[in-house]
Amino acid sequence: MREDRLKELLVHGLSGDGTMYRLFLEELSTHLRAYLRRRLASLPDDAEDLLQELLLAIHNQRHTYDPSLPLTPWVQAIARYKLTDLHRRRERHEALEDSLDDHALFTTVDHEAAEARHDIERLLNLLPHRQRLPILCVKIEGTSVSDAARRTGMSESAVKVGIHRGLKALAAKLGSGT
Amino acid sequence: MKTEHLISLLANQVQAVDARRVGRRLLVYWAAGSMVSVLLLAGAMRFNPGLLEVAQRGMFWARGSICASLALAALMAVERLGRPAARLGLVPVGVALPVIAMWLLAIVVLLNAPSRDRVSLVLGHTAFVCPWLITFLAVPPLVALFCALRGAAPTRLRLAGAAAGFAAGASGALVYTLHCPELAPPFFATWYLLGMLIPAALGACLGQRLLRW
Repeated sequence: MREDRLKELLVHGLSGDGTMYRLFLEELSTHLRAYLRRRLASLPDDAEDLLQELLLAIHNQRHTYDPSLPLTPWVQAIARYKLTDLHRRRERHEALEDSLDDHALFTTVDHEAAEARHDIERLLNLLPHRQRLPILCVKIEGTSVSDAARRTGMSESAVKVGIHRGLKALAAKLGSGT
Repeated sequence: MKTEHLISLLANQVQAVDARRVGRRLLVYWAAGSMVSVLLLAGAMRFNPGLLEVAQRGMFWARGSICASLALAALMAVERLGRPAARLGLVPVGVALPVIAMWLLAIVVLLNAPSRDRVSLVLGHTAFVCPWLITFLAVPPLVALFCALRGAAPTRLRLAGAAAGFAAGASGALVYTLHCPELAPPFFATWYLLGMLIPAALGACLGQRLLRW
Protein backbone atom coordinates (compact mmCIF):
# COMPACT_ATOMS: atom_id res chain seq x y z
CA MET A 1 0.00 0.00 0.00
CA ARG A 2 1.08 3.54 -0.76
CA GLU A 3 0.58 4.72 2.80
CA ASP A 4 2.77 1.97 4.23
CA ARG A 5 5.56 2.40 1.70
CA LEU A 6 5.71 6.19 1.97
CA LYS A 7 5.55 6.04 5.72
CA GLU A 8 8.41 3.57 5.88
CA LEU A 9 10.52 5.78 3.60
CA LEU A 10 9.77 8.86 5.69
CA VAL A 11 10.52 7.13 8.99
CA HIS A 12 13.94 6.17 7.65
CA GLY A 13 14.36 9.71 6.38
CA LEU A 14 13.52 11.12 9.80
CA SER A 15 16.36 9.12 11.30
CA GLY A 16 18.76 10.73 8.81
CA ASP A 17 18.77 8.30 5.85
CA GLY A 18 19.14 10.66 2.87
CA THR A 19 18.59 8.01 0.18
CA MET A 20 15.29 6.87 1.64
CA TYR A 21 14.29 10.46 2.26
CA ARG A 22 14.94 11.37 -1.38
CA LEU A 23 12.78 8.42 -2.49
CA PHE A 24 10.08 9.58 -0.11
CA LEU A 25 10.08 13.10 -1.54
CA GLU A 26 10.18 11.81 -5.14
CA GLU A 27 7.26 9.43 -4.71
CA LEU A 28 5.32 11.89 -2.62
CA SER A 29 5.79 14.61 -5.23
CA THR A 30 4.17 12.48 -7.95
CA HIS A 31 1.06 12.08 -5.80
CA LEU A 32 1.02 15.69 -4.73
CA ARG A 33 1.44 16.87 -8.32
CA ALA A 34 -1.58 14.88 -9.47
CA TYR A 35 -3.54 16.09 -6.48
CA LEU A 36 -2.63 19.73 -7.02
CA ARG A 37 -3.30 19.66 -10.75
CA ARG A 38 -6.78 18.39 -10.00
CA ARG A 39 -7.36 21.04 -7.34
CA LEU A 40 -5.84 23.86 -9.36
CA ALA A 41 -7.21 22.93 -12.77
CA SER A 42 -8.04 26.57 -13.37
CA LEU A 43 -4.57 27.71 -12.28
CA PRO A 44 -2.17 25.25 -13.95
CA ASP A 45 0.82 27.57 -13.55
CA ASP A 46 0.38 27.56 -9.80
CA ALA A 47 0.43 23.80 -9.41
CA GLU A 48 4.20 23.29 -9.73
CA ASP A 49 4.90 26.39 -7.64
CA LEU A 50 2.67 25.12 -4.88
CA LEU A 51 4.13 21.63 -5.16
CA GLN A 52 7.57 23.04 -4.38
CA GLU A 53 6.17 25.13 -1.58
CA LEU A 54 4.52 22.01 -0.15
CA LEU A 55 7.68 19.94 -0.40
CA LEU A 56 9.61 22.65 1.43
CA ALA A 57 6.88 22.91 4.07
CA ILE A 58 6.80 19.13 4.56
CA HIS A 59 10.58 19.12 4.86
CA ASN A 60 10.68 22.01 7.31
CA GLN A 61 7.88 20.57 9.42
CA ARG A 62 8.90 16.92 9.25
CA HIS A 63 9.52 16.92 13.00
CA THR A 64 5.77 17.48 13.52
CA TYR A 65 4.97 14.06 12.05
CA ASP A 66 4.25 11.56 14.80
CA PRO A 67 5.31 8.13 13.45
CA SER A 68 2.69 6.41 15.60
CA LEU A 69 -0.03 8.03 13.46
CA PRO A 70 -0.87 7.39 9.78
CA LEU A 71 0.94 9.51 7.22
CA THR A 72 -1.89 10.30 4.78
CA PRO A 73 -3.86 12.64 7.09
CA TRP A 74 -0.67 14.49 8.02
CA VAL A 75 0.25 15.18 4.39
CA GLN A 76 -3.38 15.91 3.59
CA ALA A 77 -3.65 18.46 6.40
CA ILE A 78 -0.50 20.27 5.23
CA ALA A 79 -1.66 20.23 1.60
CA ARG A 80 -5.08 21.51 2.56
CA TYR A 81 -3.59 24.21 4.79
CA LYS A 82 -1.28 25.44 2.03
CA LEU A 83 -4.03 25.32 -0.59
CA THR A 84 -6.34 27.31 1.65
CA ASP A 85 -3.49 29.72 2.26
CA LEU A 86 -2.95 30.10 -1.49
CA HIS A 87 -6.60 30.81 -2.04
CA ARG A 88 -6.63 33.25 0.84
CA ARG A 89 -3.67 35.01 -0.70
CA ARG A 90 -5.55 35.20 -3.96
CA GLU A 91 -8.59 36.37 -2.08
CA ARG A 92 -10.72 33.78 -3.69
CA HIS A 93 -13.11 32.46 -1.17
CA GLU A 94 -14.18 29.33 -2.92
CA ALA A 95 -15.58 26.58 -0.80
CA LEU A 96 -12.49 24.41 -0.75
CA GLU A 97 -13.32 21.97 1.97
CA ASP A 98 -16.16 20.32 0.11
CA SER A 99 -14.02 19.43 -2.86
CA LEU A 100 -11.20 17.95 -0.81
CA ASP A 101 -11.91 14.26 -0.55
CA ASP A 102 -9.73 12.56 1.97
CA HIS A 103 -8.67 9.39 0.28
CA ALA A 104 -7.83 10.54 -3.21
CA LEU A 105 -4.30 11.77 -2.48
CA PHE A 106 -2.30 8.58 -2.86
CA THR A 107 -4.40 6.93 -5.55
CA THR A 108 -3.10 8.88 -8.52
CA VAL A 109 0.35 9.91 -9.76
CA ASP A 110 1.71 12.52 -12.13
CA HIS A 111 5.37 12.29 -13.07
CA GLU A 112 5.41 15.08 -15.58
CA ALA A 113 7.19 17.89 -13.79
CA ALA A 114 6.77 21.33 -15.22
CA GLU A 115 9.30 24.01 -14.54
CA ALA A 116 8.12 26.11 -11.64
CA ARG A 117 8.03 29.82 -12.29
CA HIS A 118 9.83 30.89 -9.19
CA ASP A 119 13.53 30.43 -9.11
CA ILE A 120 14.79 29.02 -5.86
CA GLU A 121 18.41 29.73 -6.78
CA ARG A 122 17.54 33.39 -7.11
CA LEU A 123 15.72 33.35 -3.79
CA LEU A 124 18.74 31.67 -2.19
CA ASN A 125 20.81 34.69 -3.14
CA LEU A 126 18.51 36.87 -1.08
CA LEU A 127 19.36 34.98 2.11
CA PRO A 128 22.03 36.25 4.51
CA HIS A 129 25.47 34.61 4.25
CA ARG A 130 25.07 32.60 7.42
CA GLN A 131 22.11 30.81 5.87
CA ARG A 132 23.09 30.81 2.21
CA LEU A 133 26.63 29.43 2.56
CA PRO A 134 25.66 26.34 4.60
CA ILE A 135 22.85 25.56 2.15
CA LEU A 136 25.18 25.93 -0.83
CA CYS A 137 27.88 23.72 0.73
CA VAL A 138 25.81 21.02 2.35
CA LYS A 139 22.63 20.95 0.36
CA ILE A 140 23.78 21.78 -3.15
CA GLU A 141 27.40 20.60 -3.23
CA GLY A 142 26.77 17.79 -0.78
CA THR A 143 29.75 18.30 1.50
CA SER A 144 29.41 17.04 5.06
CA VAL A 145 28.40 19.38 7.86
CA SER A 146 31.89 19.27 9.39
CA ASP A 147 33.60 20.09 6.06
CA ALA A 148 31.13 22.89 5.48
CA ALA A 149 31.94 24.22 8.93
CA ARG A 150 35.65 24.22 8.13
CA ARG A 151 35.16 25.89 4.75
CA THR A 152 32.86 28.62 5.98
CA GLY A 153 34.61 29.18 9.29
CA MET A 154 31.33 28.60 11.10
CA SER A 155 30.75 26.11 13.90
CA GLU A 156 28.97 22.85 13.05
CA SER A 157 25.92 23.82 15.01
CA ALA A 158 25.87 27.21 13.25
CA VAL A 159 25.92 25.36 9.91
CA LYS A 160 22.95 23.22 10.98
CA VAL A 161 21.06 26.21 12.33
CA GLY A 162 21.85 28.15 9.15
CA ILE A 163 20.42 25.41 6.96
CA HIS A 164 17.34 25.08 9.13
CA ARG A 165 16.62 28.80 9.25
CA GLY A 166 17.56 29.27 5.60
CA LEU A 167 15.07 26.67 4.40
CA LYS A 168 12.40 28.23 6.60
CA ALA A 169 13.17 31.67 5.20
CA LEU A 170 13.01 30.20 1.71
CA ALA A 171 9.60 28.69 2.43
CA ALA A 172 8.41 32.07 3.73
CA LYS A 173 9.67 33.83 0.61
CA LEU A 174 7.89 31.30 -1.62
CA GLY A 175 4.74 31.76 0.41
CA SER A 176 4.81 35.53 0.16
CA GLY A 177 5.06 35.22 -3.62
CA THR A 178 8.38 37.04 -3.89
CA MET B 1 13.88 25.56 -10.72
CA LYS B 2 12.94 21.99 -11.42
CA THR B 3 11.24 20.10 -8.64
CA GLU B 4 13.80 17.29 -8.84
CA HIS B 5 16.54 19.82 -8.03
CA LEU B 6 14.61 21.00 -5.01
CA ILE B 7 14.22 17.39 -3.86
CA SER B 8 17.97 16.82 -4.21
CA LEU B 9 18.58 19.96 -2.23
CA LEU B 10 16.26 18.88 0.57
CA ALA B 11 17.45 15.26 0.73
CA ASN B 12 21.17 16.01 0.52
CA GLN B 13 22.85 15.40 3.90
CA VAL B 14 19.47 15.42 5.60
CA GLN B 15 19.64 15.72 9.39
CA ALA B 16 17.83 13.31 11.67
CA VAL B 17 14.93 14.92 13.55
CA ASP B 18 13.12 13.87 16.69
CA ALA B 19 9.32 13.94 16.83
CA ARG B 20 9.48 14.79 20.54
CA ARG B 21 11.02 18.16 19.66
CA VAL B 22 7.59 19.83 19.48
CA GLY B 23 6.74 18.92 23.07
CA ARG B 24 10.18 19.66 24.46
CA ARG B 25 10.28 23.09 22.87
CA LEU B 26 6.82 23.92 24.25
CA LEU B 27 7.84 22.88 27.76
CA VAL B 28 11.08 24.87 27.73
CA TYR B 29 9.38 28.01 26.42
CA TRP B 30 6.48 27.62 28.81
CA ALA B 31 8.81 27.24 31.79
CA ALA B 32 10.77 30.32 30.74
CA GLY B 33 7.57 32.34 30.28
CA SER B 34 6.22 31.27 33.65
CA MET B 35 9.48 32.24 35.36
CA VAL B 36 9.08 35.72 33.90
CA SER B 37 5.54 35.79 35.35
CA VAL B 38 6.94 35.01 38.80
CA LEU B 39 9.44 37.86 38.45
CA LEU B 40 6.65 40.12 37.26
CA LEU B 41 4.60 39.17 40.31
CA ALA B 42 7.53 39.83 42.63
CA GLY B 43 8.28 43.17 40.99
CA ALA B 44 4.84 44.59 40.24
CA MET B 45 2.52 43.02 42.85
CA ARG B 46 4.54 41.42 45.67
CA PHE B 47 3.97 37.97 47.18
CA ASN B 48 1.15 37.48 49.63
CA PRO B 49 2.70 38.57 52.98
CA GLY B 50 0.77 35.80 54.75
CA LEU B 51 1.95 33.19 52.24
CA LEU B 52 3.61 30.85 54.74
CA GLU B 53 0.52 30.84 56.88
CA VAL B 54 -1.85 30.41 53.95
CA ALA B 55 0.28 27.57 52.59
CA GLN B 56 -0.77 25.47 55.55
CA ARG B 57 -4.38 25.52 54.38
CA GLY B 58 -5.55 22.65 52.20
CA MET B 59 -7.55 25.03 50.02
CA PHE B 60 -4.37 26.84 49.01
CA TRP B 61 -3.04 23.62 47.49
CA ALA B 62 -6.41 22.64 46.01
CA ARG B 63 -6.58 26.00 44.23
CA GLY B 64 -3.00 25.64 42.98
CA SER B 65 -3.53 22.04 41.85
CA ILE B 66 -6.58 23.00 39.84
CA CYS B 67 -4.65 25.77 38.07
CA ALA B 68 -1.68 23.46 37.49
CA SER B 69 -3.77 20.63 36.06
CA LEU B 70 -5.56 23.07 33.76
CA ALA B 71 -2.20 24.39 32.56
CA LEU B 72 -0.94 20.86 31.97
CA ALA B 73 -4.04 19.73 30.07
CA ALA B 74 -4.00 22.87 27.93
CA LEU B 75 -0.30 22.39 27.17
CA MET B 76 -1.06 18.88 25.96
CA ALA B 77 -3.73 20.35 23.70
CA VAL B 78 -1.23 22.88 22.34
CA GLU B 79 1.29 20.12 21.64
CA ARG B 80 -1.27 18.20 19.61
CA LEU B 81 -2.59 21.26 17.81
CA GLY B 82 0.99 22.01 16.74
CA ARG B 83 0.92 18.92 14.53
CA PRO B 84 -1.08 18.70 11.28
CA ALA B 85 -4.01 16.28 11.54
CA ALA B 86 -3.25 15.27 15.13
CA ARG B 87 -6.35 14.40 17.12
CA LEU B 88 -7.19 15.93 20.48
CA GLY B 89 -8.56 12.63 21.81
CA LEU B 90 -9.35 12.84 25.50
CA VAL B 91 -7.45 16.08 26.09
CA PRO B 92 -10.63 18.25 26.18
CA VAL B 93 -11.89 16.00 28.98
CA GLY B 94 -8.65 16.71 30.81
CA VAL B 95 -9.41 20.42 30.55
CA ALA B 96 -13.04 19.99 31.59
CA LEU B 97 -12.41 17.86 34.71
CA PRO B 98 -10.58 20.49 36.82
CA VAL B 99 -13.22 23.06 35.84
CA ILE B 100 -16.02 20.73 36.93
CA ALA B 101 -14.12 19.92 40.13
CA MET B 102 -13.81 23.57 41.12
CA TRP B 103 -17.42 24.29 40.26
CA LEU B 104 -18.60 21.37 42.39
CA LEU B 105 -16.42 22.61 45.23
CA ALA B 106 -17.90 26.09 44.83
CA ILE B 107 -21.48 24.77 44.81
CA VAL B 108 -20.90 22.71 47.95
CA VAL B 109 -19.43 25.72 49.76
CA LEU B 110 -22.28 27.99 48.64
CA LEU B 111 -24.98 25.50 49.68
CA ASN B 112 -23.45 25.14 53.13
CA ALA B 113 -23.07 28.87 53.69
CA PRO B 114 -25.78 31.05 55.24
CA SER B 115 -27.55 32.88 52.42
CA ARG B 116 -26.40 36.35 53.56
CA ASP B 117 -22.74 35.30 53.05
CA ARG B 118 -23.12 33.89 49.57
CA VAL B 119 -22.59 37.06 47.58
CA SER B 120 -19.45 37.94 49.52
CA LEU B 121 -18.12 34.39 49.01
CA VAL B 122 -18.33 34.90 45.25
CA LEU B 123 -17.10 38.48 45.16
CA GLY B 124 -14.43 38.32 47.87
CA HIS B 125 -12.48 41.56 48.13
CA THR B 126 -10.65 41.52 44.80
CA ALA B 127 -13.14 40.20 42.24
CA PHE B 128 -12.78 43.06 39.80
CA VAL B 129 -8.99 43.16 39.63
CA CYS B 130 -8.40 39.40 39.78
CA PRO B 131 -9.13 38.44 36.12
CA TRP B 132 -7.08 41.36 34.85
CA LEU B 133 -4.09 40.61 37.04
CA ILE B 134 -4.19 36.99 35.88
CA THR B 135 -4.34 38.18 32.28
CA PHE B 136 -1.36 40.42 32.98
CA LEU B 137 0.62 37.49 34.40
CA ALA B 138 -0.44 35.35 31.42
CA VAL B 139 1.30 37.62 28.92
CA PRO B 140 4.84 36.15 29.28
CA PRO B 141 3.76 32.50 28.88
CA LEU B 142 1.44 33.53 26.04
CA VAL B 143 4.29 35.16 24.14
CA ALA B 144 6.53 32.16 24.91
CA LEU B 145 3.97 29.60 23.74
CA PHE B 146 3.32 31.52 20.54
CA CYS B 147 7.07 31.58 19.87
CA ALA B 148 7.22 27.82 20.52
CA LEU B 149 4.27 27.21 18.19
CA ARG B 150 6.07 29.11 15.45
CA GLY B 151 8.44 26.15 15.43
CA ALA B 152 5.56 23.74 14.84
CA ALA B 153 2.87 23.47 12.18
CA PRO B 154 -0.60 24.29 13.53
CA THR B 155 -3.28 23.99 10.86
CA ARG B 156 -6.22 25.14 13.02
CA LEU B 157 -4.80 28.51 13.92
CA ARG B 158 -7.68 29.90 15.96
CA LEU B 159 -7.97 26.78 18.09
CA ALA B 160 -4.21 26.47 18.57
CA GLY B 161 -4.09 30.14 19.59
CA ALA B 162 -6.98 29.67 22.02
CA ALA B 163 -5.34 26.61 23.59
CA ALA B 164 -2.05 28.47 23.97
CA GLY B 165 -3.95 31.41 25.51
CA PHE B 166 -5.78 29.14 27.94
CA ALA B 167 -2.55 27.38 28.94
CA ALA B 168 -0.98 30.80 29.50
CA GLY B 169 -4.02 31.92 31.51
CA ALA B 170 -3.86 28.84 33.74
CA SER B 171 -0.12 29.39 34.24
CA GLY B 172 -0.77 33.04 35.07
CA ALA B 173 -3.45 31.95 37.58
CA LEU B 174 -1.03 29.46 39.13
CA VAL B 175 1.54 32.21 39.65
CA TYR B 176 -1.18 34.54 40.91
CA THR B 177 -2.00 32.12 43.76
CA LEU B 178 1.28 33.32 45.33
CA HIS B 179 -0.23 36.79 45.61
CA CYS B 180 -3.97 36.27 45.94
CA PRO B 181 -5.43 36.02 49.47
CA GLU B 182 -8.81 34.65 48.33
CA LEU B 183 -9.27 30.97 49.17
CA ALA B 184 -13.06 30.63 48.80
CA PRO B 185 -13.90 28.19 45.96
CA PRO B 186 -16.86 30.30 44.74
CA PHE B 187 -14.38 33.13 44.24
CA PHE B 188 -11.72 31.32 42.26
CA ALA B 189 -14.19 29.12 40.37
CA THR B 190 -15.55 32.36 38.91
CA TRP B 191 -12.78 34.91 38.63
CA TYR B 192 -9.77 32.67 38.04
CA LEU B 193 -11.64 30.98 35.23
CA LEU B 194 -12.52 34.35 33.74
CA GLY B 195 -8.84 35.29 34.05
CA MET B 196 -7.97 32.20 31.98
CA LEU B 197 -10.65 32.81 29.38
CA ILE B 198 -9.52 36.36 28.59
CA PRO B 199 -6.04 35.21 27.43
CA ALA B 200 -7.72 32.29 25.61
CA ALA B 201 -9.87 34.72 23.63
CA LEU B 202 -6.82 36.89 23.01
CA GLY B 203 -4.92 33.84 21.78
CA ALA B 204 -7.72 32.85 19.42
CA CYS B 205 -7.71 36.33 17.86
CA LEU B 206 -3.94 36.54 17.57
CA GLY B 207 -3.50 32.94 16.40
CA GLN B 208 -5.17 33.55 13.09
CA ARG B 209 -2.52 36.16 12.24
CA LEU B 210 0.60 35.19 14.12
CA LEU B 211 0.67 31.42 13.78
CA ARG B 212 0.63 31.24 9.98
CA TRP B 213 3.50 29.40 8.37
